[in-house]
Amino acid sequence: MKTAIIQFPGSNRDRDMIAAIALISGVKPNLIWHQEEELPKTDLIIIPGGFSYGDYLRAGAIAARSPILEQVRQYAERGTPILGVCNGFQILTEAGLLPGGLMRNASLKFVCKEIKLEVSNADTIFTSEYEQGEIIRCPVAHHDGNYFTSPESLKEIEGNGQVAFRYADGTNPNGSINDIAGVLNSSKNVLGLMPHPENLIEAAHGGTDGRALFESAIRAVA
Amino acid sequence: MKARITVTLKNGVLDPQGQAIEGALGGLGFENIGSVRQGKTFDVELNETDEAKAKNILKDMCEKLLANTVIEDYRVRILS
Repeated sequence: MKTAIIQFPGSNRDRDMIAAIALISGVKPNLIWHQEEELPKTDLIIIPGGFSYGDYLRAGAIAARSPILEQVRQYAERGTPILGVCNGFQILTEAGLLPGGLMRNASLKFVCKEIKLEVSNADTIFTSEYEQGEIIRCPVAHHDGNYFTSPESLKEIEGNGQVAFRYADGTNPNGSINDIAGVLNSSKNVLGLMPHPENLIEAAHGGTDGRALFESAIRAVA
Repeated sequence: MKARITVTLKNGVLDPQGQAIEGALGGLGFENIGSVRQGKTFDVELNETDEAKAKNILKDMCEKLLANTVIEDYRVRILS
């Protein structure tokens, strides 16, 4: 199984993602520079966190127009699992591969802390190793994580089981509508979330609650 | 041709930055503030003399990059 991790100028969680995938899948992922126009044969694509292009214009806006996104779009249409974390989530919404958008945190402050997540849909390729309704710990670190979508779109994603994760126990750190922390596209092969599961996968991190997300995806493509 | 594009959050989308600015203006003694919304402007010089064509190009720029139409509205004005 081959994973591609897309790297932009300003990505800074790419190394964490490489470590997570190498540890859990046992295979070193390919690191792909955003100017590439071809992806090597890939079973799983990950867009990691960071501050691509310094968040100029809007978080993820410039990165979403990079050449590699055309390939990501084609893989998405073919049903390949695609995961975007933090800035990766922002890039996927800016690229129109996920519904809604991410605005400045309601507090206007950068938040860097641990929150709680509820697994709102455990019947997806990214969450199958969790229990439905399970509450997990996860770190967040972002300034623009305030998820918003139109009332019609909200109705659609809620009715369709496209909300994968929700902030739980009053820990919504950014004002996201309906406490949404992670959202899927309508065919459920693209997931974006603001929290960083890649930072909670081994004992040295102080917990392993994020591990099942990667185990789920790897199992789905193995 | 010179144009100015203004991008603001859609009505109904919470604008915490606008609200913070509104609060600060109130604190400075400015009364009778209805509301404040924050936005962005882009001044674009275009090598195009036909106004209708220029407007179409500018709108296309807004749709493709300058505005995120999920959360933002845009307005295009030709300045000269």
